[in-house]
Amino acid sequence: MSPAHQHDVPDDATAEPERFEVAFDGRPLPATAGQSVGSVLTDAGIRSWRTTRTGHRPRGLFCGIGVCYDCLITVDGEPNQRACLVPARPGMTLSSTVPGNGPFETAGDTDD
Amino acid sequence: MTERPRDTASTSPRYDVAVVGAGPAGLAAAVAAAEAGRRVVLVDAGGQPGGQYWRHPDETAPRGDESLGHHDWSTFTALRSRLHGLVRRRRITHLPWRQVWFVERPSVGDEPPAHTLHLTTSYAGADTGGEGPDAVTGDAVILCPGGYDRQLPIPGWDLPGVMAAGGVQALLKGHRTVAGRRAIVAGTGPFLLPVATGLAQAGADVVAVCEAGSITGWSRDPLAAAAVPGKAREALEYATELIRHRIPYRQRTAITAIRGTEAVRSVELSRLDREGRIREDAGTADVDLVALGWGFTPSLELVSATGAATRKDIDDSLVAVVDDEQRATVPGVYVAGEATGVGGAMLAVAEGELAGLMTARDQRAPVSQGNVRTLQKRITRHRRFAAAMHAAHPVPRHWHEWLSPETTVCRCEEVSYRQVCGARDELGAGDARTVKLMARPGMGWCQGRVCGFASAKLAAATEGRALTADDLRPTAKQPFTAPVSLEQLAESPRYE
Amino acid sequence: MAHTADVVIIGAGALGAACAYFATEQGLRVHIVERGEIAGGTTSACEGNLLVSDKEAGHELDLALYSNQVWRRDLAPYNHLWEFENKGGLIVAATESGARNLAELAGRQREAGIDVTDVAADEVHAYEPHLTEDLTAAAHYPQDCQVQPMLMAAQLIRIARERGARIWTRTEVTDLHRDGDAVAGVVTSRGTIHADHVINAAGTWAGDIARLAGVSVPILPRRGFVLITEPLPRTVFHKVYSGDYVASTTSSDEGLQTSTVIEGTRAGTILIGSSRERVGFDSTVSLPALRQIAAKALTLYPVLAKTKIMRNYHGFRPYCADHLPVIGHDPRAPGLWHASGHEGAGIGLSVGSAKLLVQQLTGREPDLDLTPFAPERFDLVEAS
Repeated sequence: MSPAHQHDVPDDATAEPERFEVAFDGRPLPATAGQSVGSVLTDAGIRSWRTTRTGHRPRGLFCGIGVCYDCLITVDGEPNQRACLVPARPGMTLSSTVPGNGPFETAGDTDD
Repeated sequence: MTERPRDTASTSPRYDVAVVGAGPAGLAAAVAAAEAGRRVVLVDAGGQPGGQYWRHPDETAPRGDESLGHHDWSTFTALRSRLHGLVRRRRITHLPWRQVWFVERPSVGDEPPAHTLHLTTSYAGADTGGEGPDAVTGDAVILCPGGYDRQLPIPGWDLPGVMAAGGVQALLKGHRTVAGRRAIVAGTGPFLLPVATGLAQAGADVVAVCEAGSITGWSRDPLAAAAVPGKAREALEYATELIRHRIPYRQRTAITAIRGTEAVRSVELSRLDREGRIREDAGTADVDLVALGWGFTPSLELVSATGAATRKDIDDSLVAVVDDEQRATVPGVYVAGEATGVGGAMLAVAEGELAGLMTARDQRAPVSQGNVRTLQKRITRHRRFAAAMHAAHPVPRHWHEWLSPETTVCRCEEVSYRQVCGARDELGAGDARTVKLMARPGMGWCQGRVCGFASAKLAAATEGRALTADDLRPTAKQPFTAPVSLEQLAESPRYE
Repeated sequence: MAHTADVVIIGAGALGAACAYFATEQGLRVHIVERGEIAGGTTSACEGNLLVSDKEAGHELDLALYSNQVWRRDLAPYNHLWEFENKGGLIVAATESGARNLAELAGRQREAGIDVTDVAADEVHAYEPHLTEDLTAAAHYPQDCQVQPMLMAAQLIRIARERGARIWTRTEVTDLHRDGDAVAGVVTSRGTIHADHVINAAGTWAGDIARLAGVSVPILPRRGFVLITEPLPRTVFHKVYSGDYVASTTSSDEGLQTSTVIEGTRAGTILIGSSRERVGFDSTVSLPALRQIAAKALTLYPVLAKTKIMRNYHGFRPYCADHLPVIGHDPRAPGLWHASGHEGAGIGLSVGSAKLLVQQLTGREPDLDLTPFAPERFDLVEAS
């Protein structure tokens, strides 16, 4: 067991980490290995990526540590992921809306 | 309690000690218990050890000096190498990226009184190697859940660009991301200082630190500060940094409104009196980042889930009741770190180590009484320091007078101050639970973790009474300690 | 300090609130005494269903149909205050035998006066687009409604207060004040309240109040759990449940029973039930019960597999052996009235029960005969 943490800290702590791109609503954003989705968006100057259900208020990072759920985002089609926790991966698709071909798109009156 | 069917206790992988949380307390607890001969499982919501306090860049893809912005870093690296050694020798099983969603209590008469922790990944598709059990059982469990920034709703606090001070710090320490170019840091407590200096060192323009309290509060117990000399040195270092970066430190000053449409553009400052009433206008500041913190809220969900007793601490936080050997009031449960009372990382390390040793002793492994005494003395010293800190940095008593009827109290369910008052004053809700059930503050995604403290204060304000533990308990009492998918709930757990 | 009222109501849940509303409507001076907070008991732990669909023909259905009228007519001006929603119910069957049973149930209900439409398997998705394909039949009940139960109780009490009622929360009834044989008020932790009538609306705890009067009202707790999802765009439009739910509400088994009940709320969350267990007042969360509820819900709505469950809650339904509530005057203790024991239907039945009770209390002929709900009926069974 203990799958992910058998590794030690690399000796060469100054080695350049891997750089890649992720897509946010179709826009390519630069990212670095180990960076959270929230950090990638913030570095790109993006402060909010969803709106609230009733007041349609913009929301982005608030607590930054997985507690508040303000920073919810759709990651590779999976809705309601916490941007502050999910690490960016090469080719990752981020979206400010819930999936268009998902189960809920035909449901009406979302704000009653 | 009655006999009832167990779900998985008999079949999930069993350990002598299950530790939840790999921050300062949990790391110290896991290492101490394992070195005392216990088989330990360490469950952590994060991907790498350190918790919030020692958050650092991804160890597999480091960006420069990982100790940047840290205090007590060598304490961490020492604990981390002991952890790695114990993992290699299979004394500790480390399960990162896992949250406990349910605590299954022992049945009456179970000996030892083992708890089973049901686990879910911290995010969909988390890198857990696709392996690992859905539940683990610990003959003893040590709960080290840490805490998060305490928040007070103020007008405009839900605008993008307004963040918890700890969130700003997490971006800096974990990713070297600077959350804004022109920042203001406000609230109360010493934690505001490293956030402000961290931002300045990273190149942000920090226009002020607004401290609602006053550091003259420390003079009430000068010996407390002397009891932990490292803290005084730390404070001096921060003061020097504030001066170097020309950051004004404004006492008895608070941000009482935040303005902007799509994101924060400016803040309104006010001078406060001793009780936290607005005394006079203190100007405005144009900023694109506001970092707010009013002390810390310990995470008490897991403690409550075990049925262990809780109490209100001197800083108005709900905390676990523990004896002087970190035992909670429920057999087999130990608690260490912020969940026993907010007091900082070094106190957490001492409590974690003591808890680890006590699980070993309670399971009849030899433990040095000298070590136990040394840790207890250290804990007492740090507790005294924490008490002085809390006394100097209270939450402003009249903070709710800053609110307008439209101010959002609950960010998740978008409940306004007017709606909270309506439930309280028109519908007769006499406590926090009833306000919550009628007006929905705390019913959304975060389950009141963010607004629970403020809602409890507002409910108590009906009768002008002080906050009680009963006002705080409903937020901590979460039958599911983390969200779980319907699919995972429906399936029986797997153990590989 | 002693107070005087026409009526003292014990309990500020749905039943107590409804009694206060109808009693003050008649100009009676009312005091409500509540041990905890407003709507803090079973009312705070239920879905707020106003159902006719889950009832077989009989006395409870008569009361449900009557109550349905009270909601729609008497309370029409207020229904927006408690999120009244005439969403309709949909019972579904997944097997051929289930379809036959459902058709028979619908036939009996139709005869008893319920509006019910048979829905063929290939028409189900016009009602509920996200339901599983694996269904054999359904029945639609347009009369089924839902309210937010906390708001309903709190608003009815607010209206009663505007008409002069007083409420004493965090006040425990420690004894009943007696005048000879008669019950003539309550003794509380904060003093005595004299009254001509005392209404026992203590729900699952009503047996304790009855005992203070020296009479037996055998109401027992029957525990239930409900799961609550993250907020979603509207996915479930009706109250949707499986045919076996009707059987489980009318069963008296002690062991765990679960049957699927799913519905959306205005807040966007989906409520997923239900379970029934007789385990006393044990409030320990039972993971096996929750797993069963989740597994059965997934068979109806596989689309919810990845939906997150945020929390669960449990409540203790006030249960009588014959599944009928206790409503009306108690001849064994003159002056004492009961409005309790509605099991899982208390919100829906509350306003009808209260209106009938107040009719009887003010000397009028109740719109519906209350004999089947008589408090002393259990004594007759025990005596025979």
